[in-house]
Amino acid sequence: MQATICQAAANQSLFSAESFVGIIFLITVGLIIAGAWIAVVSRRLVRCISGLAVCFTGVAGTYYFLLSPFLAMMQMLIYVGAVSILIAFGIMLATPEEGDTAGNKGSPIAGPLGFAVGALMFAALSVLGVKTDWQVFPRTGTGDMEAMGKALLTSHSMVFELISLVLLIAIIGALVLARRGRN
Amino acid sequence: MALLNLYNCLNTYLVIGAMLFGFGIYGLVSRRTFIGMLIASELVLSGASMNFMAFNRFLAPDPAIGQIFTLFIMGIAAAEAAIAVSIVIAVYRNYKSIDTEDIVDMHG
Repeated sequence: MQATICQAAANQSLFSAESFVGIIFLITVGLIIAGAWIAVVSRRLVRCISGLAVCFTGVAGTYYFLLSPFLAMMQMLIYVGAVSILIAFGIMLATPEEGDTAGNKGSPIAGPLGFAVGALMFAALSVLGVKTDWQVFPRTGTGDMEAMGKALLTSHSMVFELISLVLLIAIIGALVLARRGRN
Repeated sequence: MALLNLYNCLNTYLVIGAMLFGFGIYGLVSRRTFIGMLIASELVLSGASMNFMAFNRFLAPDPAIGQIFTLFIMGIAAAEAAIAVSIVIAVYRNYKSIDTEDIVDMHG
């Protein structure tokens, strides 16, 4: 839990435990890239949602590397287990026909234009993140689950209550919206 | 060997977050169906979470705050997905299509 922006690369052999961890991290990043690419460019919505699940699995692995196994578990439970399945149900209930279900038949310049805009945002944000001289503050907490639980029920209790209200309203709103029009 | 030490650098995670955001923007612009746009917006939210977690690990004084923020983003994303899917189903029931080009009745 040391507060340094980038640790110096230790002089390690390729077959040490640290190198193995690094290889696992590279596999995780590969999962993110491949999943996000499939989710964005695939022609079939079912393949899109599968790619999204793969991408979220990679993001969960990255959270593990960011020293937060609890968030990695929550990512798997909520995103991979709930949100992806929910969207898969939406695809099953509301996709009209076979074929190009992702619907890329619109304006012909939308694809290249979108790619240009996305690449521009990616380049700009990356350069901004890498070039900025980030300031490291001294640590005041540990960031384990006990500290998170205490913060959720003391200094962040207002947001905690608000998000429970948001979820309640979302459930009721989803029920009302999906039920309307059915006799 | 520097390639295997990437997981200890802040910049790696910032670039990954920016990449998820860029993929999401690409999908939002190029997709023509509601569900495709919903998938892309999940990628955008995921990129934001990644940035919060990276700053939480490397810079923040209290490392619990970023994790709590990411938990809230997850809750908001789940609520947003539920609402969006129910809207998609309601639209599909009325128009028999989820293509954004077909839903033109709401043009002013």
